[in-house]
Amino acid sequence: MSLDQIPEVSTVLDDQDPSVPAIIKGTGHLPEMRVDPITLFHRVREECGDIGRFRLADKNVVLVTGGEANEAFFRAPENVLDQAAAYPFMTPIFGKGVVFDASPEERQQMLKNQALRGDMMRGHAQTIESEIRKMVAGWGDEGEIDLLDFFAELTIYTTSSCLIGKPFRDQLDSSFASVYHQLEHGTDAIAYVDPYADIENFRLRDEAREELVAKVQAILDARIARGEVPKEERDLLDVLIAVGMDADYITGIFISMMFAGHHTSSGTASWAMIELLRNPSVMEDVVAELDALYADGSEVSFQALRSIPVLEATLKETLRLHPPLVILMRLVQEDFELLGHTIPAGTVLAASPRVSNRIEEDFPKADEFDPGRYVDPRQEDLQNRWTWIPFGAGKHRCVGNAFAMMQMKAIFSVILRDFEFEPVQPLDSYRDDVSKMVIQLAQPAKVRYRRRAR
Amino acid sequence: MRVVADAGICQGHQLCQGEAPDVFGFDEDADVVTLLEEHPDESRRADVTTAVKYCPAFALSIEED
Repeated sequence: MSLDQIPEVSTVLDDQDPSVPAIIKGTGHLPEMRVDPITLFHRVREECGDIGRFRLADKNVVLVTGGEANEAFFRAPENVLDQAAAYPFMTPIFGKGVVFDASPEERQQMLKNQALRGDMMRGHAQTIESEIRKMVAGWGDEGEIDLLDFFAELTIYTTSSCLIGKPFRDQLDSSFASVYHQLEHGTDAIAYVDPYADIENFRLRDEAREELVAKVQAILDARIARGEVPKEERDLLDVLIAVGMDADYITGIFISMMFAGHHTSSGTASWAMIELLRNPSVMEDVVAELDALYADGSEVSFQALRSIPVLEATLKETLRLHPPLVILMRLVQEDFELLGHTIPAGTVLAASPRVSNRIEEDFPKADEFDPGRYVDPRQEDLQNRWTWIPFGAGKHRCVGNAFAMMQMKAIFSVILRDFEFEPVQPLDSYRDDVSKMVIQLAQPAKVRYRRRAR
Repeated sequence: MRVVADAGICQGHQLCQGEAPDVFGFDEDADVVTLLEEHPDESRRADVTTAVKYCPAFALSIEED
């Protein structure tokens, strides 16, 4: 009846090593997770199998992989496995008292009533097309962009406009993207010891949040001063006010909604571009598919909502190899049976999209980029619905996944038809900065564009 | 074919109803999918397959009889 029977992963970075900051000395695997989380998570599976554990300060983390354990993980109800308590690095970003995420019921209600409703997708597709066209309007016939800068700014505009509302988006400029980046960069795993530790990273995070709250608060105040508007003119903010949430809570929900859709979409767009550059034959197929699809002059906002099989398979394969979230965690609230073990309350239970997405038995040649995996009859995503988990799975599966796929299809429909791209640095030099819990593309990540002759 | 809908993980997006409204229904109170036709005619395979493929919750599947 304890964790003793669950094997613990080896230690490769001594938690007393001189390179380890004083505040996290003696915290087990925390120092390694801060510098190389991906190797740590993969090593858990290699050494321990479907269930293994590591230690973050005073918390034991049981990391499960494989279909059976993942299914139990993703099916467990919220009162048994709690998301909110498992992400201490998010609390200062959303604000004290604002939970990591709304409950599934609350989320479904918001989703159904507001931003992600199926019948609103057409409008979102138009919004995204117009935002991307604005972003490339200033491009010459050729030039260089940094993928992180470009997609992080673009997805600030699309996410805010679609999920919160155009009036809100129209008050944003590129400075908002950089404030956001500071927030995202403030997710240092040192938070597992003290999310309010006196380190520069957290100071910058808190300043960024203050700036952001001030911007959101100003818009909120203006709404309240304006008074009620007819139902058809309301956006998410009005609805949240109407259901009685106070300003502080609304601000937290706002930050959390944009947060979930921002670095994830930005990173996925960047990695899709990088994989297309690494795999020229796939790029050729995607461009040919888009050229054929739009040959009749049809609208991006129309096609992005429909099947674009080769591009979709490319995006799915990008997500499998580069899931924006590499680990999903829950705090065990009551003893939980899993693979013949009893996981005691107080343990952190985790699943890893990064590790599960590369299980060789489910995804043959798992490290290879192969969009052919999603073609009939292989369908490796549907066949492995508990291990193909870039969006998570079960009741908590990313509610924005249909929106995200549509957004990616719209972005690539525009940029690949008007421009061609080439790398301006070695293809293996594009990589992620994994030093924060929110993983972002490491800079430089430059590519060159050239306007296509059409 | 037999259609399977897992109400335990359905998130209530209702996209399946757009693809095959004769096969998939919706329980407004429980906010989850219902099956109107567990064994649809073979002629409905394309639409049901699309519904399965694009279900945002991966809550649907087809099992062959």
